[in-house]
Amino acid sequence: MSEEKHHIVSYRTHAFVLLALLVLTGISVAITQLEMGPMNTLAAMIIAGIKAAIVLAWFMHLKFESRFFAFMVSAVVVVFLLVLLVTFFDYSYR
Amino acid sequence: MSEANNAHNVSYLEYKGQYKGLLAWIFSTDHKRIGLLYLYTMLFFFSVAAILGLLMKTQLIAPGYTIMGPQTYNSLFTLHGIIMIFVIVVPGLPAVFGNFFLPIMIGAKDVAFPKLNLLSWWFYIIGILIVLTSQFMGDGPPDTGWTFYAPYSFRTPTNVLPAVFGAFVMGFSSILTGINFVVTIHRMRAPGMTWFKMPLFPWTLYGTAWIQILATPVIGITLLLIVAERLMGIGIFDPALGGDPILYQHLFWIYSHPAVYIMILPAMGAISEIIPVFSRKTIFGYKAIVLSTLAIAFVGYFVWGHHMFTSGMSGRALYTFSFLTFLVAIPSAIKVFNWVSTMHKGSLQMQTPFYWAVSFIFVFMIGGLSGLVLGSLATNVHVHDTHFVVAHFHFIVFGGTGYAFMAALHYWFPKMFGRMYDMNWANLGWGIFFIGFNTLYLPMFYLGIMGMPRRYYDYLPDFHGGNIVSSLGAWVMVSGIVIIFANLIRSARHGEKTTEKNPWGGKTLEWQVDTPPTLENFEEIPTIEKGPYEFED
Repeated sequence: MSEEKHHIVSYRTHAFVLLALLVLTGISVAITQLEMGPMNTLAAMIIAGIKAAIVLAWFMHLKFESRFFAFMVSAVVVVFLLVLLVTFFDYSYR
Repeated sequence: MSEANNAHNVSYLEYKGQYKGLLAWIFSTDHKRIGLLYLYTMLFFFSVAAILGLLMKTQLIAPGYTIMGPQTYNSLFTLHGIIMIFVIVVPGLPAVFGNFFLPIMIGAKDVAFPKLNLLSWWFYIIGILIVLTSQFMGDGPPDTGWTFYAPYSFRTPTNVLPAVFGAFVMGFSSILTGINFVVTIHRMRAPGMTWFKMPLFPWTLYGTAWIQILATPVIGITLLLIVAERLMGIGIFDPALGGDPILYQHLFWIYSHPAVYIMILPAMGAISEIIPVFSRKTIFGYKAIVLSTLAIAFVGYFVWGHHMFTSGMSGRALYTFSFLTFLVAIPSAIKVFNWVSTMHKGSLQMQTPFYWAVSFIFVFMIGGLSGLVLGSLATNVHVHDTHFVVAHFHFIVFGGTGYAFMAALHYWFPKMFGRMYDMNWANLGWGIFFIGFNTLYLPMFYLGIMGMPRRYYDYLPDFHGGNIVSSLGAWVMVSGIVIIFANLIRSARHGEKTTEKNPWGGKTLEWQVDTPPTLENFEEIPTIEKGPYEFED
């Protein structure tokens, strides 16, 4: 809609975001070389979560939108985490 | 635009757009026409799947081979399940009545993304066509059941791939409809329609839309993993390759249990519209119904494991899922108490939509209470995978969604078509259907408790009596369906014309627009000052 403000993210910021994503990808590859058992999976998930948050915030403009959208996305993330938690009531205690 | 074809004064049925004939329907972006496209598609495929069900019940009228062998029976219950679940009850009320009435009930001219809405219907049709190809090509129709359980779904030589892929494509339709409804409700409510002045049917569509958006991708990926297992043998579910078949069940039910709430929440919404109108009373506990809707949508995400009590989950998971299952019964019961309290001391109008609504409460209660038997760990072990589950499931899905669908159809029919159906035939059809339905499904509870397993074409002679009653019930029920459909189809074409805006005395916005509605629903977007169910006297 015309009355809505469009925030323009600079190339410099985009370049930093890209760099951060590449570094995090490198870390998630490197971490597979460490023998941490199930913690390997947890670490990979955490890094993937951070990358998704960066994409949402800058590439998908969530950082510049109203707080309401951030709340909605957070609610979805909470549901997803709860689904994982309940699933692991099975896998952690078999 | 000529005055004779003005979007403000020509009904959506008569409006002449860019295309003519069939093209004017299948390329229409009008939410009302798209709602009817879904309706016609569903009624056709419901008839097909109901005939499959009738053939299965006829097979079960006596032990041994009656009219078909085991492979045919397996294929029939698979196709019956896929059509009924993915083609009828999951899109169900949101696709038909949600599309038609959501914009009107919130005071909008259309949904937020009309083209996306049409695309949803096309995805739906393409998905159905892909599923149907599974019947006619390759190594025979799939025989996995609609659940496509691993590892059988990638071991069976039958034609599972198109069925799975078709269901995957239909998932897009569901997600896009969900996104459309969420945005429509957030952004397009009429001025003055605050969240707590919104009618209950849109509220339930809102809760449902979130489930469609969040849960459907899970089944999409899971079905694609089945495809990958069959084609590439990746081993994620295959125990022979180190995979975990229980993981498939988790992923499948993470979608498919919330899908039960996709089916039932809009049904509850439609009932919440009908009961106050035919009781001439304000709905009892509006906010309690709204909050219980959201509670069902939320808690419903975390109860999927009750489908897997005998699959080999950990003890701690069993207790957790059983507890959560009992928890979700509470908001469901709140709704039932609210409906009954609304009727209490109301001026009850005994007309067809009301008959369907009260019989919905009756059969839904039977389905819900039998669900507690299944949610309880100790009893579940005994009746798991028996006819008890089949009975419970049909009381909830057919008894819940099916009855509410028919209630909604009879309630909104005059508004949708500008014609009235024959009330006597409608009541007769309802009566015969109700008797047949209970005769068909109640004996299944008994058969299940006695130990008759589900999904077998044959059974021990001990179960013969219950099966005779049940099979006869199926024929009675189908007779009722024939009467109901014949009456509605005839009435849609030749029924008494009506332009009366509000034949039932409803208070929500759809009863203030023209009958049938004009293309843009409202000449001027209304300003909302009162709640949706304020019956003064």
